[in-house]
Amino acid sequence: MKVAVVTFPGSNCDQDLISAVRDGLGEAAVLVPHTATSLAGADAVFLPGGFSYGDYLRCGAIASRTPIMAAVKAFAQAGGPVLGICNGFQILTEAGLLPGTLQRNAKGQFVCDWTTLEVLNTATPFTNQLSQNTTIRLPIAHGDGNFYCDATTFDQLQQHHQIVFKYTDNPNGSVHNIAGITNQAGNVLGMMPHPERAMDELLGGADGRLLLQSLQTTLLRMV
Amino acid sequence: MQATSTTISPEEIKAQKPYLEWGLSEAEYDYICTKLLHRLPNYTETGLFAVMWSEHCSYKTSKPALRKFWNAGSRVIQGPGEGAGVLDIGDNQAVVFKAESHNHPSYVEPFQGAATGVGGIIRDIFSMGAKPIASLDSLRFGELTDVSNQRLLKSVVEGIAFYGNCIGIPTVGGEIAFDQVYRHNPLVNVMNVGLMDQSDLKFGRAVGAGNAIIYVGAKTGRDGIHGATFASSDFSTEKDSDRSAVQVGDPFMEKLLTDACLKIIHDHADKLLGIQDMGAAGLVSSSAEMAAKAGSGVTLDLDQVPQRETAMTPYEIMLSESQERMLLCVKKGAEATILAIFKSFGLDAVVIGQVTTDNQYQLHHQGELVCDIPVAALVDDVVEVHSEKRAPFSATREAVVPVVDNPGTTLLTLLQQPTIGSKRSVYRQYDTQVQANTIITPGSDAAVVRVPHTQKALAMTMDCNGRYLAVDPYKGGQIAVSEAARNVVASGAIPIGVTNCLNFGNPEDPEVFWALDQAVMGISEACRRFDAPVISGNVSLYNETDGRPIYPTPVIGMVGLMTSVDWLTTQTAKNVGDIVYVIGETRDDFAGSELQKYQSGTPQGQLHFDLDQEVANQQLVTTAIHQGLLQSAHDLSEGGLAVGLAELIMGTQLGLKVALKLSAAQLFSETQSRFVVTVTAENQKRFDALAGDQATIIGHVTATQELEVQVQDGQISEDVAKLEAAYGGALAWLTK
Repeated sequence: MKVAVVTFPGSNCDQDLISAVRDGLGEAAVLVPHTATSLAGADAVFLPGGFSYGDYLRCGAIASRTPIMAAVKAFAQAGGPVLGICNGFQILTEAGLLPGTLQRNAKGQFVCDWTTLEVLNTATPFTNQLSQNTTIRLPIAHGDGNFYCDATTFDQLQQHHQIVFKYTDNPNGSVHNIAGITNQAGNVLGMMPHPERAMDELLGGADGRLLLQSLQTTLLRMV
Repeated sequence: MQATSTTISPEEIKAQKPYLEWGLSEAEYDYICTKLLHRLPNYTETGLFAVMWSEHCSYKTSKPALRKFWNAGSRVIQGPGEGAGVLDIGDNQAVVFKAESHNHPSYVEPFQGAATGVGGIIRDIFSMGAKPIASLDSLRFGELTDVSNQRLLKSVVEGIAFYGNCIGIPTVGGEIAFDQVYRHNPLVNVMNVGLMDQSDLKFGRAVGAGNAIIYVGAKTGRDGIHGATFASSDFSTEKDSDRSAVQVGDPFMEKLLTDACLKIIHDHADKLLGIQDMGAAGLVSSSAEMAAKAGSGVTLDLDQVPQRETAMTPYEIMLSESQERMLLCVKKGAEATILAIFKSFGLDAVVIGQVTTDNQYQLHHQGELVCDIPVAALVDDVVEVHSEKRAPFSATREAVVPVVDNPGTTLLTLLQQPTIGSKRSVYRQYDTQVQANTIITPGSDAAVVRVPHTQKALAMTMDCNGRYLAVDPYKGGQIAVSEAARNVVASGAIPIGVTNCLNFGNPEDPEVFWALDQAVMGISEACRRFDAPVISGNVSLYNETDGRPIYPTPVIGMVGLMTSVDWLTTQTAKNVGDIVYVIGETRDDFAGSELQKYQSGTPQGQLHFDLDQEVANQQLVTTAIHQGLLQSAHDLSEGGLAVGLAELIMGTQLGLKVALKLSAAQLFSETQSRFVVTVTAENQKRFDALAGDQATIIGHVTATQELEVQVQDGQISEDVAKLEAAYGGALAWLTK
C-alpha cells in the first residue's frame, strides 16, 4: 500500500501522517506537493491538518483551488480512498468533495484535547476494523471545527449513512455532534480529530491505528 | 569618504541631541565622536549606535553580572553568544534551546506582543540548524481581580496560541503566576527547544570577502522601529505607551521560512556560510553581529531591501523590527541556487550586499554612502556600565508562622488561587501534540517530548518564584534552578542545561543591580551543582513603573535528558494500597509562600535552603526511578505538602489517607527539596533500604475518593471532587 500525503504551504501535520503510515503501519508514504498534477500512483490520498495558506480567506479555501486538487477530485470520483483530517476536512468541503462547512468553534477558541467519538459507520475504507456503536478516543486541535449543514443535507447524510463519527461531548458546537462524514459513495472521509496523533499508547492512545489498519485491510481486499 | 545623510546634519545632531530620545547618553555620544569615529556621526549612524548600544542588544549594564554564569560542561557544543545554545545528547544529535522575554510589547499590545515573542524565539532555534520541536511560556500578570489583568492574560494566551498553533510547533509547558507587582509590567517569556543532527550546525557569521548577503522573508516596514530601545526603558503611567514599537506577526510566513531555511541548511550546507534571525534591531544587529563574529566587514545596498512602505529612510530600514525575516551569508556563485529554493517556497529573497575585508560597516542608499563605520564600534566597543550595587536594608527576622485553624478550608482556598489552580483553560487553547511526539502534555511537573526513532526523550520546564527572590535573591536564584531540576527529575530525566530570562527593574537602582548580581550568582552555583550549564538567555531590565520595580524574576528554562522512555514517571497516584512517602524534611518555611501571600501579601522573612540536601534528594528520586521503585513522583512547591497531596489524586479515581507529625500550618510550608512519591507494597523494603532517613512514610493510596490528612492540631477530610472543583475553577472564566 502506498499513501500520498498532499502538502500545501502551511500544512503542519503532513510529516506526522507520513510517520504514522511508515513507522506506525510499515507501509509506504510519499509527500505530494500542492503544485503537482498527479498523485504518483498512490493507492490512497491523505489531506493533512495544519493551516494551509495561514487560514487566510477561509480555512481550506485557497488550498482547495491548487493544481493537485484536480487530481484528488479525479481520484475520488474513481472511487479511490481519500482521507482529510482537520484542515484536510476543511479543504474537502471547500473543494465540494464533502457537503457542509466548518465554522469557527462555538466558543470562538482553539481547542486541543482528547475526545471520545461514537462510531456510526464501519462500512467505510477507514473504519472497517472498528465496531459499530463503540467509542474510540482521538485528539482534536482546531479553531474552526464547528461542522454545519442545513436540515436537508443532514437528512441526506443520515439516509446514506455518511455520518461516521459523532462527539460524545461536543467540543465545538458541531450540528448533531458531527465529527466526521463521508461522501455519498463512502470513499471520501473528512474528520476533525487526528488519528495520526493516536498511534502509540506512549502518547496517550492508539485508537488511530484502527483507522489506518482499516485502510490497509481495504486495500488488501481490492488487490 | 565622509558618509552623508539626507536628514539633519551631523552638526545639528551634536547641537540638538536627538539621540537622547533614542536612549544614547551624551557621554556615549561623545565617546563615539572622539574615541571611535574621530568625527561626528550622521543621522543614520547615530541611530544605529543608539540601537546597537541599547541594553537589549549590547547587555552593557548586565554584562558584568552575566559573566558570572557557569557555561562549561561536557555537553556544551555552543554556549551563549549565538542564536541559541546547543548541547550534545548523544547519537550525533543535539538539543538547541533559548528563552526570550517579550514583556514590554506584550503590555502595550498583548496579542501581537506575545505572538511575535513566540515567532522570534523560533527563528533563533532554526537559525542554528535545528528543527523547533516544542515551545514553553512563563507568564506573570497582576491579580485577576483587576479586569485589565484578565484582559492581558486572555490576549497573551490567544497570541501564543495564534502563532504556535499555526506554525505547527507544540506548546508543551510553562508556568503562570499572578502578583500585583506585575500589574503594569507583565512578563511574557517564551522558550523554544529544537532538535538537530550535529552535522547541521550553523552560526550567524558573514565570512569570506565577496560572498553574498541574502535577505529573505517578509518585507521591511516601519513597524517596531526602536523596539530594542523601547525594551530598554521603563514605563510611566503618565506617558502614553508607544504603539509603533510593537510588531505584527505572520506565522504562515514563518512556517515557510522555517521549512525553507532548514531545507537549505540540510541540503546545501556547503553554500550556506552563515544565517541569523533579524530580531531586535532588525537588519542592523543581524548584519553587524554576523560581520563582527567573523571579523569581516559588510556593504549593503538598501535599495535592494524589500520594502512594504514607500519613502523609507536608511534609518527606518535598518531599525525596522518587521517580523519573519532572516539574513544569510551565501557563497559567491551559489546565490541563484539559494534564491530558487526560497522562490519554490513562495518567499521573497534578494541579494542585498557582500562581505568585505576592511571591517567597515557600509550602507548605500539611492547612490549615497549613508553609513561608514567600523563594525567593531557598533558591536564590540560599547562602553560597559558598571552599576553600583547595594543590599537593601532588611531586618533578618523569621517569617511569621501563620495560624491555620481549618486546614481543609485553607487547602480549598489555595487551590483556587490562580497561581496554584489548574491552567487547563489556558493550555487547551494551545496545540500541545502537533508533531506527534508529546508524551507529557501541560499540567505536570515537566513536559516530556520523545526524540523520534530513539529510546530518548527530553523533559522541559520553566520555573521561577519571584516572591522568594524578593526576600533573598541569592537563595531565590538557587531555588529557581533547583525547582526546575526537581520538575525534570520527577519526570524521570536528568537536567542537562539551562536558559534564562532575567527580568528585573531599572539597573541604575543599586538595589536592583545588587539583586541581579546575587540572583546570577545563586543560579550559577546551582547550575554547577546540577551539571546544567547556562547556554543561552536574555535580559529584560527596566521592568518598573513609576519607580516601582517587579520582584527579581530570573525565569529558568531547563531541559533534561531521559536516556530511555522506560524511566518516564508521572505525578499522579496509580494503585490502591501504594505507600506514600515524603522525601525531605518539612519545617516552618513561610517566607515568600503562597499562604503568606494570601494572608499578608508582601513577601517577608528568611529563606532556608541547602543545595547539598537538594542534590541528595534529587539523586534519591533518580536512583529510585532507575531501579523501577516509583509509581509516581511529584515535586512540592507552591502551597506545600497539602497542595502536592491534592495534586497526587486529582484527576484519578483514587484517594489518600495520610497522617503526619506536623502542624496544620506546616502542611502549607514551602520547605524546599521535597518530593512526594508512591511505592507499591512489594517494593517497600527495597525503597526503604535505598532511602534511609531521607524519606518518611506518611500513608497510603485508597479507593475512596477522599483526601484524609491527620496532623497534630487538626485534619483535612475533603472529597476529591470538591478539591477538583476548586482547582479547576481557578481560571475557568477563560473558557467562555
